[in-house]
Amino acid sequence: MSLTLEQVRRVAHLARIEISDAEAESTLGHLNGIFSLIEEMQAVDTRGVEPMAHAQDLAQRLREDRVTETNRRDAYQAVAPETEAGLFLVPKVIE
Amino acid sequence: MIERSLSSLSQALAAGEISSVELTQLYLERIARLNPTINAYVTVDAEKSLAQARAADAQRAAGQGGPLTGIPLAQKDIFCTKGWLTTCGSKMLGNFVSPYDATVIERCNAAGAVILGKTNMDEFAMGSSNETSFFGTVKNPWDTACVPGGSSGGSAAAVAARLAPAATGTDTGGSIRQPAALCNLTGLKPTYGVVSRYGMIAFASSLDQGGPMARSAEDCALLLNTMAGFDERDSTSLDRPSEDYCRDLEKPLAGLKIGLPKEFFGEGCAPEVMALVEAAIAEYRKLGADTVDVSLPNMKLSVPAYYVIAPAEASSNLSRFDGVRYGYRAPEYADLNDMYSKTRAQGFGAEVKRRILIGTYVLSHGYYDAYYLQAQRIRRLIANDFVEAFKHCDVIMGPTSPTTAFRLGEKAADPVQMYLSDIYTIAVNLAGLPGMSIPCGFAGGLPAGLQIIGDYFSEARLLNIAHRYQQATDWHLRQPAALD
Repeated sequence: MSLTLEQVRRVAHLARIEISDAEAESTLGHLNGIFSLIEEMQAVDTRGVEPMAHAQDLAQRLREDRVTETNRRDAYQAVAPETEAGLFLVPKVIE
Repeated sequence: MIERSLSSLSQALAAGEISSVELTQLYLERIARLNPTINAYVTVDAEKSLAQARAADAQRAAGQGGPLTGIPLAQKDIFCTKGWLTTCGSKMLGNFVSPYDATVIERCNAAGAVILGKTNMDEFAMGSSNETSFFGTVKNPWDTACVPGGSSGGSAAAVAARLAPAATGTDTGGSIRQPAALCNLTGLKPTYGVVSRYGMIAFASSLDQGGPMARSAEDCALLLNTMAGFDERDSTSLDRPSEDYCRDLEKPLAGLKIGLPKEFFGEGCAPEVMALVEAAIAEYRKLGADTVDVSLPNMKLSVPAYYVIAPAEASSNLSRFDGVRYGYRAPEYADLNDMYSKTRAQGFGAEVKRRILIGTYVLSHGYYDAYYLQAQRIRRLIANDFVEAFKHCDVIMGPTSPTTAFRLGEKAADPVQMYLSDIYTIAVNLAGLPGMSIPCGFAGGLPAGLQIIGDYFSEARLLNIAHRYQQATDWHLRQPAALD
């Protein structure tokens, strides 16, 4: 299997990573190299094998539904690029 | 003093031979002198370190504290550390001063350890040479023209250059064991779930595991005693009784059954590394162990499966870096989507972008079953191989890395060649098993590592097996030539 330049651009868009034409070209070469490595697993017959999502086959632990964290908004917003009145600022989305 | 092991320093502190402030100063001076060459640390903050050292001295003076009280440690820059720059090797977090501590940091602090600094690493732990760091490559103290391995390359170089007695690392596909092998250290990746991942910046959540890197198995055991333990803030942390990982260090090895998978001893490993691994196994036979041939027939599929699963998880984990809540934001953009795209294009390096793109692709509509589910099925086959092998042996041994340290730049342009440097370590992460690397000799002046893989929760046994070898050999005591 081989990716196309168009697919690289499409995936970069899905991942929200701006990509120049030159970068798309070099990325295409690298990704095709990596996918030729990945293709080795396509020939393996895995019918009937249960997918393993996790190292331990344990059910997710549940916790009691109660407040455990204190309000640390100021500390957490101090590291944000732009805030105002306790809100994270982003470019206008709705006109 | 800086030539001494962590356990010996712990005794010196307890006996009052040296104070933590004096010891910390010795290391800080050495870091100031040598770090410009080695680049093991991204951040050093002498005032913060010395404040912790003073507190540790006061604690010891009051007759309190434990083995790690006053011990200076290097912390991998993947662990969020309150009030410290925590970069994860990325421009994306180049300005991120963490508002909270990772559980590993919290536990080290509670034990009275001193943070000497934050160590350099491959960007978001994606790399095997430390060359993907935004903060420059790290040099291998054994040969500064060579890589230290990765992703915990800064931690490995710091301990090897005696810029710290021990360090924390993390291992997603070999990132503790491979740099330990390339820098002549002892490193342990615990069973998945033993060390909390809370505050450890996520790469591939089902594989990531923190662990100790030090100069001996004994030192690793001491550090693991502090790092390990149940944490309700990590939903995959395992709720089990705490262990003393030093308890079995001295147990004799008579009757130990070592499994030798034929897949570890075939083609692919440099002959000079293989000769050292075989010599180490011969030493184990002298110590009373028996060897048995085993097989891990699906091991060759571990690299392909890993390069689907890890990027898939990474593409999801790294979606949080969008320039909104923390870290880098592009200075100019047209609208919200443009801000995301430019922030991520400018904030991430080439290897991180590649892995996000692979992950996004394999999870996208129409490809999920063929790639992601297939990789997870192969992961099961690999884990089953280990279950079968452990019916015939107590531990598995083989090389950690197929080569000794390679030269800076040698593999940087070819991701596939770089990925193959982890062929012996990745299967352990996929299965969630504990694995170690210990020094087993030198080829051309560069160290090689013996990998020891155990069944789930066999950390104390692995440390015992490593320790007994280190009582009989002195490879782990060898030091690089003076760097200054």
